[in-house]
Amino acid sequence: MEKVLEKWTSKINEMVIGATKEEGGTRSKKVHIGGETTLPFLHFEGEIPYPPVVALEVWDIPPEEWSFISEDLKEVVNDPLLWAKKVEEWGADLLCFRLASAHPEKDDTSPEKCAEKVKKILETVKLPLIILGCGQPDKDGEILLKVSEVAKGENCLLGMAAKDNYKTVVAAATYGGHSIIAETPLDINLEKQLNILITDLGFLAERIIAHPTTGGLGYGFEYCYSIMERTRIAGLQGDKMMAIPIINLVAQETWKHKEAKVNENEAPQWGVLNKRAIAWETTCAVGYLQSGADILVLAHPQSLINVKKAISELMIKT
Amino acid sequence: MFIIGERINGMFKSVAEAIQKKDKKVIRDLALKQVNAGANALDLNVGPAVAEPLEAMIWLIETVQEVAKVTLSIDTTKPEVMEAGLKICQNQAIINSISAVKEKMDTLIPLAKKYNSLIIGLTLDEKGIPQTVEGRTELACTILTRLIDEEISPENLYLDPLILPVNVAQDQCPLVLETIKQIKLLSDPPPKTLLGLSNVSQKTLDRSLVNRTYAVMSLAYGLDGAILDPLDEELMKAVITAELLLNKFIYCDSYLEAYRKK
Repeated sequence: MEKVLEKWTSKINEMVIGATKEEGGTRSKKVHIGGETTLPFLHFEGEIPYPPVVALEVWDIPPEEWSFISEDLKEVVNDPLLWAKKVEEWGADLLCFRLASAHPEKDDTSPEKCAEKVKKILETVKLPLIILGCGQPDKDGEILLKVSEVAKGENCLLGMAAKDNYKTVVAAATYGGHSIIAETPLDINLEKQLNILITDLGFLAERIIAHPTTGGLGYGFEYCYSIMERTRIAGLQGDKMMAIPIINLVAQETWKHKEAKVNENEAPQWGVLNKRAIAWETTCAVGYLQSGADILVLAHPQSLINVKKAISELMIKT
Repeated sequence: MFIIGERINGMFKSVAEAIQKKDKKVIRDLALKQVNAGANALDLNVGPAVAEPLEAMIWLIETVQEVAKVTLSIDTTKPEVMEAGLKICQNQAIINSISAVKEKMDTLIPLAKKYNSLIIGLTLDEKGIPQTVEGRTELACTILTRLIDEEISPENLYLDPLILPVNVAQDQCPLVLETIKQIKLLSDPPPKTLLGLSNVSQKTLDRSLVNRTYAVMSLAYGLDGAILDPLDEELMKAVITAELLLNKFIYCDSYLEAYRKK
């Protein structure tokens, strides 16, 4: 019987994160993403040249709002450098360093201090880096300008570039030779618009990865899933502003919710917290793999193992 | 929509003069302007008045190819000019045009096969243009089946149901729309359709308005391509917006600009 296959006309942009000595950086390896010419894992319809990759988060202050992570990783969360070393040891593809302390409502750490912290991370581990600000757009712009400078030539991924700060973030990334994460609320039209605005500044579409906002499992997962799917289909059909890789911040949308916080004494019907919480992060991540995630950012090392296993199984060509 | 720019045509005085004087600049400018305005292909027609059509066509193709790597549509009724043109096109070219006239098909289909060209097929035969939807659809079918018989992919074919000027044959305007719809039912995947859009507005007062209104209507009936003036900005905006409203691409506030970035 004849196989009915979808013919796509275009491909998703390829992106490299991290620079080794050869490229003028100090990372031990580079991470390739993108380049797909078909929907996720449909190996019989097109090419998926690089498997999706997994990053683990490291915070510059303990992630108090993530009670399970704070407790389960208590040996490391107070020491970002030790935490970073562990992340490398656990086998993450990338390290996602979050400058949470910089938030004006937290320590309001200065951009200079943030840059120093990034410098130390770069000296301590050799993984390619994703560097996130504190989530406050203006402050993130200031932070990233300084951070970009100390990380110059390391080809990092900087975030977040949003509607209100993209010009600054693009300037920062251009100066240091980095790529950026373009973040929009869950809305495909806004996602496309931000990509246009960013490329209008002369920034290459090939240096943008989209964060269409990650809906946590049980908290808008399906909205995000379908937006990612539409994005990917449009990209494969030739819409250049949609042909960009996608990142999902799964940890951020897992560990703040009650399913990953409340223990079995309080909610016996939900089962053991330890098992449940990790399953929550893993399931959310594996779901997003199916809608086109290129980078998944997690927090728990066991989720990393689970998701890496799922990826290697999905990458087997049948 | 697959847009073939119509401006390099000897019917235009400036182009006729450029051909006569071998003025490359005029042709190159027109080529680049049309491509930058969104043309996916460029139609080349040396016009009726030229003394050496073959030589003029070769000159046009070479001149355009020096500046634009774009699909070229060889617009001529002379088979020898067609073949000479196809021979030197660097990209897949378009044969503009064949019809259901047997002699035309016998001469040009082998060329389409030899040069793997795209083909514009006019719904016209020895008796002229049928005045009914059924008549035009039947001729579309004749061309389509002939290509399939000759093992040419139907994907290479654009069927043109021939729009006539609104001030000459007004009743044909809705009829052509219906024909587009009928042609799309002929096979699966459906054959592609195309119109020589500007013909609808010949000798009307506001040509641009008539053109863009008919373009939008035709798109709603499933039109895939048109030979048109891409330098008509309002027309291009209307075409892009119509495609947006047909859910052909994703909306964003700068969708016109986004379309051009494609």
